[in-house]
Amino acid sequence: MVTSTREMVQDAGVRGRVLDVDAVRADFPILHRRVHGKPLVYLDNAATTQKPQAVIDALSRYYTEANANVHRGVHFLSGIATDAYESARSTVRAYFNAGSDREIVFTRNATESINLVAHTFVRARLGAGDEVLISAMEHHSNIVPWQLVCQERGATLRVAPIDDSGELILDELERLLTDRTRILAITHMSNALGTVNPIAAIVKLAHAREIPVLVDGSQAAYHLPVDVRALGVDFYAATGHKLYGPTGIGVLYGREALLEAMPPFLGGGDMIASVTFEKSTWNVLPYKFEAGTPHIEGAVGLGAAIDYINRVGLPAIAAHERDLLAYGTQVLESIPGVRLIGTAREKASILSFVMQDVHPHDIGTIVDREGVAIRTGHHCAQPVMDRFGVPATARASLAMYNTRAELDALGAALEKVREVFA
Amino acid sequence: MSSLNELYQEVILDHNRRPRNFRRIEGASHHAEGYNPLCGDRLTLDVQVDDGRIADVAFQGSGCAISKASASLMTDAVKGQSVADARDMVTRFQRMVTTPPDQQVENMGKLSVLAGVREFPVRVKCASLCWHTLKAALDREAAISTE
Repeated sequence: MVTSTREMVQDAGVRGRVLDVDAVRADFPILHRRVHGKPLVYLDNAATTQKPQAVIDALSRYYTEANANVHRGVHFLSGIATDAYESARSTVRAYFNAGSDREIVFTRNATESINLVAHTFVRARLGAGDEVLISAMEHHSNIVPWQLVCQERGATLRVAPIDDSGELILDELERLLTDRTRILAITHMSNALGTVNPIAAIVKLAHAREIPVLVDGSQAAYHLPVDVRALGVDFYAATGHKLYGPTGIGVLYGREALLEAMPPFLGGGDMIASVTFEKSTWNVLPYKFEAGTPHIEGAVGLGAAIDYINRVGLPAIAAHERDLLAYGTQVLESIPGVRLIGTAREKASILSFVMQDVHPHDIGTIVDREGVAIRTGHHCAQPVMDRFGVPATARASLAMYNTRAELDALGAALEKVREVFA
Repeated sequence: MSSLNELYQEVILDHNRRPRNFRRIEGASHHAEGYNPLCGDRLTLDVQVDDGRIADVAFQGSGCAISKASASLMTDAVKGQSVADARDMVTRFQRMVTTPPDQQVENMGKLSVLAGVREFPVRVKCASLCWHTLKAALDREAAISTE
């Protein structure tokens, strides 16, 4: 059965407070392949994480044993497919500690989650002269949707600045929360800098002025425990493929009262209660926002991924990644000419850097030949690059299965870069 | 020679360190901006055409070693050429860097050092940006992009 992942645990896994990285690595088959004749050192996790066997098996099992369309048929398979899909929703709800499954909408990705809120919640509240507030460390996915609705409604996009370490300047943010601000949309954790924002404190500032808050949790959700109720957020967007799950499945958490009052995003099957040519009425939450056949196996895979994360334990993952971040910072700082971009006091799992006289793309190509996969470029955060006066950075980003030895391999590969450009 | 050494040959590293014709030409007859939105490489190209011949050509911009060296080598190669010959070189260069690595390519003289980019498909656009920009300048288009 698809929903019985817990009984079918095959991962070597890790139980307890300390993460056993060898056991974790054994659960991720791709980590054992070689690239360019070298062992793969995968340090591009902020772009997407690799998938444990438990997720791969869940996808295969879904298609082998359960495939049917959801919420439709009276037949057996439709029933178990629906159970698997809805059970994944419950798993997601528990992971984010939302109050109800009705508050968890499956989308394609965090980008779609943000667009959903921009179009069905913010657009109607936005008049000429109104404002949307974001921060200077946003990914393009939390900039462009707001630009589009602001343009359409004659509203203004405001940007809360960051300091030279990549930290949000809270006083400035507070000053920019005005009686014209219709939403504050801010990242929980910067994909380009690693900065972790104090969301609970930020939400307090906004709510004191009755301004709703959307948080982009794309990066935070797989590094930090996220409790949407403790944080007090109105909306939280996340994406499955960074949570060790499949691509094409995303999550929007929204407070029930807000989701209830919002009109549908897309129209079609499954999101309706009744349809006549004169008028249609909408299905209940969350189905009102899930038009058409959803990404069923994606949701099932995401559920399996979160089960896996829970088995390893997010506190253990976070502790392991903190150790790696500190170690990786040392490794990079010991290499002459390397400068870290993003040195916030509160940061996680991202090592963004530049190297004197060497363009990040050349770094990326050379370390790739050593088997080391890093991201180079603007990381879909061009305003961040502009803020730090660099065209691009190289970025090593960490996940639960990375090791100190891999960071040493990155260091050795960067020495190779220095040799080539000596 | 490993493919990496072939890509980062001394000639390329030298042109990256000391790009030739790295300046602006005031009042140039032709001009274009090249931009690769994926990696952020930017290139400003000025071309002075007199009597159907490229009398002067210069570039400025920021980018990786491959894009900078390619632009530097290109300016050396097309300076003094007829516009028709320069256009022909655009086509030949494009063919050289997109031919599969296991096939023979035309010897383009000094420009042949960039043939090594064929082993690195994602970097082909770095080497091509300046040539696309040259074509745009000669066509008098305002801005081009390799995406």
